[in-house]
Amino acid sequence: MSPLQETQSLNNQNNLETSVLKPTAKYIDWLSSLVPGLLITLAIGFMALFLVLPLLVIFIEAFKLGLGEYFKSFQDPSAWHAVKLTLIATGISLPLNLVFGIAAAWAIAKFEFVGKSVLITLIDLPFAVSPIISGLIFVLMFGLQGWFGAWLAERDLQIIFAVPGIVLATIFVTFPFVARELIPLMQEQGSDEEQAAISLGATGWQSFFYITLPNIKWAVLYGVILCNARAMGEFGAVSVVSGHIRGKTNTVPLHIEILYNEYNVVAAFAMASLLALMGLVTLALKTFLEWKVQQDRNTTLEPTLAEVH
Amino acid sequence: MTLGYTLLYLTLIVLIPLSGLFIQTMNLSFAEFWNHVTSPRVVASYRLTFGASFIGAAINAVFGFLIAWCLVRYRFPGRRLMDALVDLPFALPTAVSGIALTTIFSKHGWIGQYLEPLGIKAAYSPIGVVIALTFIGLPFVVRTLQPAIEELEKEAEEAAASLGANRLQTFLRVILPTVFPALLTGFALAFARALGEYGSVVFISGNMPGRTEITSLLIITKLEQYDFAGATAIAVVMLVVSFAILLSINLLQWWFSVGRRRVA
Repeated sequence: MSPLQETQSLNNQNNLETSVLKPTAKYIDWLSSLVPGLLITLAIGFMALFLVLPLLVIFIEAFKLGLGEYFKSFQDPSAWHAVKLTLIATGISLPLNLVFGIAAAWAIAKFEFVGKSVLITLIDLPFAVSPIISGLIFVLMFGLQGWFGAWLAERDLQIIFAVPGIVLATIFVTFPFVARELIPLMQEQGSDEEQAAISLGATGWQSFFYITLPNIKWAVLYGVILCNARAMGEFGAVSVVSGHIRGKTNTVPLHIEILYNEYNVVAAFAMASLLALMGLVTLALKTFLEWKVQQDRNTTLEPTLAEVH
Repeated sequence: MTLGYTLLYLTLIVLIPLSGLFIQTMNLSFAEFWNHVTSPRVVASYRLTFGASFIGAAINAVFGFLIAWCLVRYRFPGRRLMDALVDLPFALPTAVSGIALTTIFSKHGWIGQYLEPLGIKAAYSPIGVVIALTFIGLPFVVRTLQPAIEELEKEAEEAAASLGANRLQTFLRVILPTVFPALLTGFALAFARALGEYGSVVFISGNMPGRTEITSLLIITKLEQYDFAGATAIAVVMLVVSFAILLSINLLQWWFSVGRRRVA
């Protein structure tokens, strides 16, 4: 017997022994090797049921009666009007909240003042308020019986049940998105680089455009796409202030509600497919940006590691 | 200057409108306020809203933990896609998820048709409300748990195993206590979000007064009947509750960070 064969037979003997002596231990080993597969299957099953199925049903219902019916849904002028109104509301609230988000994060990160943590909490406030209540507060202010109701009526200005109300409600619910992405990042970065730039003779705007903005650009974009998704899809708050006037104050989500309640299922899901597509693009961009930020962080880490060695 | 602008914009857009809500309630006497917020129809809506939100958040705590665990600990094909998909309820407008879920769970829907013979009515019942609230709450639990599970030290589990603990014991005695604050935070976030949810629920609930009518919808109904006082009173109750939850989440996170510092 060669030494190799000897060890092999020894191994076999050992295997034989363990399998004879401890069948339960082996059985438990075999069982626990199944655990990860089982858990993954359960997790995927839950997500398929709750996330993938709803996504699929939108597109399947939209194309149920074929491409022709699908595209016919968009020929309705009130559908177009809804798309236009959604784009207007988003187009106004997005830049406003972008400028505010950068300004707020700048003030919080680069300066010291009393009540900073209170300010951060207040900025997050719209996230804690139910969308219905967000709409309600504007009705209470600008509605016919609201604080400014009589004053507005005298001047023939309408905010509630009109476009300005929709824009205001959209601004309110998307208020924190950009700011809350930027505040932690800018706090972490501090103001050393800006101070260096200023001491070398840069103006405030120069230091902002050449130093601050490149440092925060991915986080800004991240906040903007989340803000955009919410602005386009907001339903509750806008529903309270809009008055649901077809072809006048209906945004896309509100138009979907009307079509669905009229049992116009294909048209409702055709409109919904637009928003679902927007949601999928948002997810893809978000994943890309997270990867990009991770990469940026790795490249900035590398030189410091090289210094250490 | 930026600070001044920040404060001005914040005051105009958020603070003045929100304080308006409270000032409006001051017009009511306490007895009137109490009558508005404790009428049987309103109380039934609280019961449904809080109950369904709680069950939804509890389902998410279990399955959210499972999903977060798989995403962090295991490598399998499709993991990245699954990770990205977790945020779908954030990205999909609530009205869209509302009609999609209703279509799936209604009598002739993909899943509803199999539940109907079992005597389970999913859409247009409280079960439907739970389904919608589970859908929108999932990302909160997964995204809060992921970093906590990443920070778990595998050594502690290995030590427990080498000391003779079985998997269940390791899970209950080592893993669960460490991630518990994060789990509770995720649960609270999902619960808070569910309390105020409107869009995804109104389609699937059927909106029967006293049975499947959530509080958010009741506020709208009162508003449409020009019962501003009633709507405002209920809104104040809901707002105070969500602020209380927000406050306890902040306390939880503080507790969480203190606990971590002690370990370090």
